[in-house]
Amino acid sequence: MSGVLLRRLGGLVGTLFASSLIVFFVLNVLPGDPAAVMLGLGARSEAVAQLHHQLGLDAPILWRYLHWIGGLLSLQLGTSFTYGIPVSQLLADRLQITVPLAGLTLFLSVAIGIPVGAAAAARRGRFSDTAIMGTAQLTKAVPDFWFGMLLILVFSLSLHWFPASGFPGWDGSPLPALRALVLPAAALALPEAASLARFMRSATLTALQQDFVRTARAKGLSRQAALWRHAAPNALIPIVTLIGVQFPLLLTGTIIIENVFGLPGLGRLVLEAINQRDLVVVQDLVVLLVAAVVIVNFAVDVLTTRLDPRLASGDGT
Amino acid sequence: MSPHRKTTLSILAVLALAAAAPPALAQKATLSIGLALEPPVLDPTANPAEPIRSITNGNVFEGLSWIDEDGHVQPRLATAWSVSSDGLSYSFQLRDNVRFQDGTPFDCGIVRFSYERAAAADSTNAQKPFFTPIERVDCPSPLEAVIQLKQPVGDLPYELAWPDAAMVAPKTAATNGTHPVGTGPYAFSAWRRGDSVTLVRNDDYWGAKPKIPTVTFRFISDPLAATNALQGGELDAYPSFGSRDLAARFQDGKTFVVTEGVFPIKLLLALNEARKPFDDVRVRRALAYALDRDAILQAGGSEGTVIGSHMSPSDPDYVDLSKRYPYDPERAKALLAEAGVKPGFPISITLPPIEYARKGGELIAAYLEPVGLKVTLVPVEWPQWLGQVYGQGAFDTTVIAHTEPHDLDIYTRPHYYFGYHDAAYDALYRRYAATLDPAESHRLSIALQEKLADDEPNVFLFSAKRLGIVNAKLHGLWRNQPIAAIPLADTYWTP
Repeated sequence: MSGVLLRRLGGLVGTLFASSLIVFFVLNVLPGDPAAVMLGLGARSEAVAQLHHQLGLDAPILWRYLHWIGGLLSLQLGTSFTYGIPVSQLLADRLQITVPLAGLTLFLSVAIGIPVGAAAAARRGRFSDTAIMGTAQLTKAVPDFWFGMLLILVFSLSLHWFPASGFPGWDGSPLPALRALVLPAAALALPEAASLARFMRSATLTALQQDFVRTARAKGLSRQAALWRHAAPNALIPIVTLIGVQFPLLLTGTIIIENVFGLPGLGRLVLEAINQRDLVVVQDLVVLLVAAVVIVNFAVDVLTTRLDPRLASGDGT
Repeated sequence: MSPHRKTTLSILAVLALAAAAPPALAQKATLSIGLALEPPVLDPTANPAEPIRSITNGNVFEGLSWIDEDGHVQPRLATAWSVSSDGLSYSFQLRDNVRFQDGTPFDCGIVRFSYERAAAADSTNAQKPFFTPIERVDCPSPLEAVIQLKQPVGDLPYELAWPDAAMVAPKTAATNGTHPVGTGPYAFSAWRRGDSVTLVRNDDYWGAKPKIPTVTFRFISDPLAATNALQGGELDAYPSFGSRDLAARFQDGKTFVVTEGVFPIKLLLALNEARKPFDDVRVRRALAYALDRDAILQAGGSEGTVIGSHMSPSDPDYVDLSKRYPYDPERAKALLAEAGVKPGFPISITLPPIEYARKGGELIAAYLEPVGLKVTLVPVEWPQWLGQVYGQGAFDTTVIAHTEPHDLDIYTRPHYYFGYHDAAYDALYRRYAATLDPAESHRLSIALQEKLADDEPNVFLFSAKRLGIVNAKLHGLWRNQPIAAIPLADTYWTP
């Protein structure tokens, strides 16, 4: 492994540590005692004090931080205040929705964005190019939650092709579960595909002007063949970087989309846990999400060095 | 093949794959109920959150007595009861052949265990004061429970009907939060956190067997998402629907009917008596005179009744005191001047994130400004409201709904958030709580309501209707909610 990557790995650990500190202390100065929130309006002060003690919230704050971090390092995520069950169990349930949702979103956005962008590059300056890019610009401008509500209106309430909300679980056949994920994935993927398409178009256009494409044309390849065999693969490097950059946006997008579609995924858990002051869950989730983003960016770095060996030896651009 | 066509085809392929599954047919063996909030745990004896009660009260758990849809106390696991003339000893005859869903038999030992657990030092039971007056539970026979009290309690069978007094078994009590086991007509089946709780019919139930074998409570807080789920057929009913605007979409009455019922909701402009100038009764009365509550109710677009004290019209003891402080801004100004509150005096109204509060707060501010108060609206999230307002009493005024029935006792609590203390009220309440005579109890309840109307510790605003959206083919669901419960044993489908 090159020194560049080692440095990135060090940064990864530092970022995680800093985020754990920030999230813990910010959450703990927020107003709202978790015990009071859990017991709500019907509670008496004795009961709140009792629960406060049972949750261990009367311990010194530094001790609680060390206790939590120590648990994380030994892969103990702790117990949810709200539900009273291990956070790992809560996460396992939620990941079964959010990971397939993110996967499907990524697949859809790449499957739509890349070919559309390349196709627009091939038709540069023609009417179809303008039409494709105009549509992409419009799609990118639409907020994903609004897009989600539009999809529900058309495909759930009018056509009855997909459920309007909820998730049937993977226990039975996978088809109903996939059906429940199609609309939310589409709502997340289309704006992202639009970004990818615009980026792919300009990257392909840049590649098409390179010498090796002229060489390919000179040795007798058709315009289409030169585009797909030589220009497009070279356009992939910035695209992979872009996907890495968009990954955090995808995660924040799931928070909104899972609420629009009533999917009990990770994004909804984040929102619920913050509203419920389920501190342990929020702390764990934020650190995990930061870790996911940092690791994806690290993977993107590794992948781009593979795609372009010049980057690893340091003489690339 | 051009890349363009390839793209179109791949989109179509995904859509076709997903659409190939047949749409779910209406399964009459199931029932899907929508709730706004998810319960944190499923044990009503450890946490007062309303969704716990909606799911388990009368479905999974039962108590000795029960409150019916009209708010009257009925026998449940006790078939009958009698009280000694000094009011210190209640004798309950227990139902025979009752078993918990795990097979544990129900008897007097269970009664003793349940109440001792609720009163214990480490208990987080929300209604602990129901149980602390209990000296002990005697068991002369397995089917007779005699409750000996330290002081007379007038309404014990009513208090024991609350879900906080549900019967729990020693073996399963500790795990009822995640896997509740009771004696009720439905047994817990599954909890998909963030999504739903499923109950299944208890085939060994002592009473009439439920007609619908599987029921699911789904948690959808956003009224628009709930509307979509109802119209999309994923929900059969939403018994406490929060948005009157969206309910209008169901008014045609074809697939769904909109039901209206009563529940013990009291919307208040709560005032902090621990802070000046709200410790002065003239200021509190001035605020009441300053508000045109009929107009605010109409502008808010909700159906309801203006109230004049801490009681909703659904309560048998209700007395109409809504005319006590008619809309009179001049009188309000005069009272404020008398109390030494100068024009331009700043007050804040803390607003929790509920439609009634956020909408109502703006209207209230619009009425308070003309009488010379400078109003700041402070919107907060729930945790903040519970922590600062309810927990620490750090507020001037706040708009909040109290939803529990028979809660006149909150005005006697020593450290309650609005900080009302009055020795005469406390004495009156003690007499009310101890009396065994229903006529005397009714008379004293009216006296308490009048005392509150007079002192105006909070400005009493309205009681609203309970709005429900129910599939037209579903029957037996309660329209009223005298106490938090959605009993399902008597629900059934018609073709």
